[in-house]
Amino acid sequence: MTDLTAETSASASHKQNRSLFEVGERTRKRHASERRFRRLGLAAVIFGILALVGLMASILSNGLSSFQQTYVAIDVFLDPAKLDKNGNRDPADIQKITTFTINPLIQAALKKTMEDRGIEADGVNAKKAFEMISKEAPADVRRYVLADPGEIGKTVSFELLANGRIDGYYKGRVTMDSAALDRNVSPEQLLLADKLKQAGILQSRFNWSFLTAPDASDTRPEAAGLGVAILGSAYMMLIVLVLALPIGVAASIYLEEFAPRNRWTDLIEVNISNLAAVPSIVFGILGLAIFINFVGLPQSAPVVGGLVLTLMTLPTIIIATRAALKAVPPSIRDAALGIGASKMQAIFHHVLPLAAPGILTGTIIGLAQALGETAPLLLIGMVAFVREYPGAPPEGFFDPASALPVQVYNWTQRGDPAFVERASGAIIVLLVFLLLMNAIAVLLRRRFERRW
Amino acid sequence: MTPSVLVLSVLGLAIVGYFLGRQRALQAAARDGVKLHSLPGYYGQSVALFTAVPAFFLLGAWLFLQPIAIESSISGKIPDSAIADAGARSLIMVDVRRIAKGVSLLIEQGDVTENELSDMSAEVTNVRAQLATVGVALGSDVSPVVFEAAKEYRSIELSGDFVRNIAVFLVALGFGFWAWARVQPRMRARNISETFVLALLMGSSMVAILTTVGIVGSLLFESVAFFKLYPAEDFFLSTTWNPQFRGGSDLGFLPLLWGTFYVSFVALALAVPIGLMIALYLAEYAGTTLRGFAKPAIEMLAGIPTIVYGLFALITVGPFLRDWIAQPLGLGTSSSSVMTAGLVMGVMLIPFISSLSDDIINAVPQAMRDGSYGLGATKSETIRRVILPAALPGIVGAFLLAASRAIGETMIVVMGAGAAAQLGLNPFEAMTTVTVKIVSQLTGDTEFASPETLVAFALGLTLFVFTLCLNILALYIVRKYREQYE
Repeated sequence: MTDLTAETSASASHKQNRSLFEVGERTRKRHASERRFRRLGLAAVIFGILALVGLMASILSNGLSSFQQTYVAIDVFLDPAKLDKNGNRDPADIQKITTFTINPLIQAALKKTMEDRGIEADGVNAKKAFEMISKEAPADVRRYVLADPGEIGKTVSFELLANGRIDGYYKGRVTMDSAALDRNVSPEQLLLADKLKQAGILQSRFNWSFLTAPDASDTRPEAAGLGVAILGSAYMMLIVLVLALPIGVAASIYLEEFAPRNRWTDLIEVNISNLAAVPSIVFGILGLAIFINFVGLPQSAPVVGGLVLTLMTLPTIIIATRAALKAVPPSIRDAALGIGASKMQAIFHHVLPLAAPGILTGTIIGLAQALGETAPLLLIGMVAFVREYPGAPPEGFFDPASALPVQVYNWTQRGDPAFVERASGAIIVLLVFLLLMNAIAVLLRRRFERRW
Repeated sequence: MTPSVLVLSVLGLAIVGYFLGRQRALQAAARDGVKLHSLPGYYGQSVALFTAVPAFFLLGAWLFLQPIAIESSISGKIPDSAIADAGARSLIMVDVRRIAKGVSLLIEQGDVTENELSDMSAEVTNVRAQLATVGVALGSDVSPVVFEAAKEYRSIELSGDFVRNIAVFLVALGFGFWAWARVQPRMRARNISETFVLALLMGSSMVAILTTVGIVGSLLFESVAFFKLYPAEDFFLSTTWNPQFRGGSDLGFLPLLWGTFYVSFVALALAVPIGLMIALYLAEYAGTTLRGFAKPAIEMLAGIPTIVYGLFALITVGPFLRDWIAQPLGLGTSSSSVMTAGLVMGVMLIPFISSLSDDIINAVPQAMRDGSYGLGATKSETIRRVILPAALPGIVGAFLLAASRAIGETMIVVMGAGAAAQLGLNPFEAMTTVTVKIVSQLTGDTEFASPETLVAFALGLTLFVFTLCLNILALYIVRKYREQYE
């Protein structure tokens, strides 16, 4: 291993031409292996960082475009002869109009706009041109009319969603070559789209509805949004916070401050460390078997997801809280006890407030974990297609909802490649939330950290 | 009155109780001219605790038990003749619950009155169409037996809810009044409320045990139901996995086990050397700047949700491996493969291994390094011959914990490994794992009586046992063989 031991075993000839200034064969070899080892280590570190960079780059490059959306800006004449046949503006009558009534209006509006601007549609008939507008558009117009029946008979300018393929054309997902093979879009339509874009009828802008709209069906990726998923995730986080924080802190106080050291508390501790290592999908099975099948809580409801995530988060919070309690020096307890406080008073009045920042950071980190958790939510039915926003809490906790990570999974299972973009966009939203939560945790730690 | 309103009113009662108890103690002390044993707030606190806590316990238990009780009593009343054509009792009960809920909605909207309902019967009224107007969709027409059961279900539920509200209020008022009546200056209010709080703290710490009991209980209970329908030796020894939702499926567990171990093996083969090298480099070679930057960057990998890795596998790594390696070499044409899932999972495990090993390497005392350098060893020789042997038990522990993570990991394999259950050696082919099959057997419209669904619980049990054993082994090795240095 060393020169010394090597020398004793080396032959006499080796000994002769040895000089301190001359590096021997063996030493050179050892130094080379040293350099190799060192480079290997550096390569591993670089690999780790590159993996992070690659992951982020892949998600960002795929997902950032989902925040941009192509819109068709046209003036639609809200024809009273079609929308309100009785002419009495009765909301109950207008309620009956369907998207089939509205489709021709939009088609006519598009045709008129193109004629006014003098845009030639080579090889694209009016119907094909209309197909370039999303199937969501008539629903938008209908909603507008229902909200304000007084607008019937006027010409209103709308910004309607462009079809997902046209949108994809401007994001590089659809090319002329792929359009030639695609049943849903033709190269002629793309050429027309370019002309419309030049005329300013087709516009790209920031896509707020991606953050607020509910999920959309398989044929309308351009209309799919995260509204229900964000709300569902928020509800679940609220439940986790309300349940896991008090229970976790109470359990930690008992274990850290009051519990005698015996078999029973040993059992509790083993259980807590074991639960921290149980695969998350097993918690999903627990939720399905106990909360849904046994108790009969509704599937897809935030309340079940919240309960499952609470049980998953508890170990994290308990471990963080115990560390925070342990970090409070015993002199504080002793001082409180010394002036006559009971043990309970010493803990609740003095130790707990001092440990609060640590507990809070642990809780935020636990919540961040729970926010990104997917597998158990799949099992309790949160993958269901939900278009309705859940109601206000607490009753809304029992309404079907989605959650951010499950929405990502849901979108990746769909056929249209436009949903992959949406899924990456949803991941960006999720990561932004996580980053915010972690930043808050770091800030809290910086702000309140004290050394005794 | 919904449970949430009930909770709020009990909380209100508790607050009122606090002030009443406090006031009574102060008044009694002033009247009798004695000193209070405790601070006045403690008298109020004890009243408030006695008002709220037992009532909440009762409410929780009631919410938990009432549906179960109603379920069993109603399902017992449905004659077997009605079940014959619907397939299973559980399916009928789903309909019963739906109809009951729909009828309540109808009454809420004023479409039907209570009296009309009692006269309604499934033959004369088109219940299905009426329920559809309130958004309750039923698969088939409602048979009279089921409709009667639904009506009874609803009436029991309504009266149950009514009795529950009364009982919770009575308990809250009763215990509150009792606690209030006991308030007198000599009462040791602080001790009483502190004992009460201690009991609550103790109760909270039981949640961990209850969770474990719940996990083991639900897994065992449903697995037993599965093995009653499907022979255990076929599950554990058969090499075909071919679930048919019409019945007659082969549910051999070996292909899934093989897929799980193969993917985990690939993941660990990537993560262990790289994670270990990162830990060694950062601990022994890196300067403070590099360490200060690289350590948090790599640990960020651990904080990223697994769904992100899953998507990364699906849209980047999978197609890359297929187009650049598998297809040119003629090894496969699938973008979801063992390699895809394994490599991405390996990346996920790197920070896990590196930070655990880092702690252990840092725990090796400097004197041992100095001794080795003093003998003339180079840094890498010291690392290989001194530090690694000293840190080995800890590193093996980290390895085992990472292995249990890899076996239990779900989202990456669901999105990266594919769904084909097969026993193959080609790492560029799609294979499937235990967790993937748990997800696919339990999502979608499922009925909880068929072996095809129940098999997921047996798979969950095996998964739980595997990871538990690995965790226990890891903890045992770390504890037993860890060198204690001063």
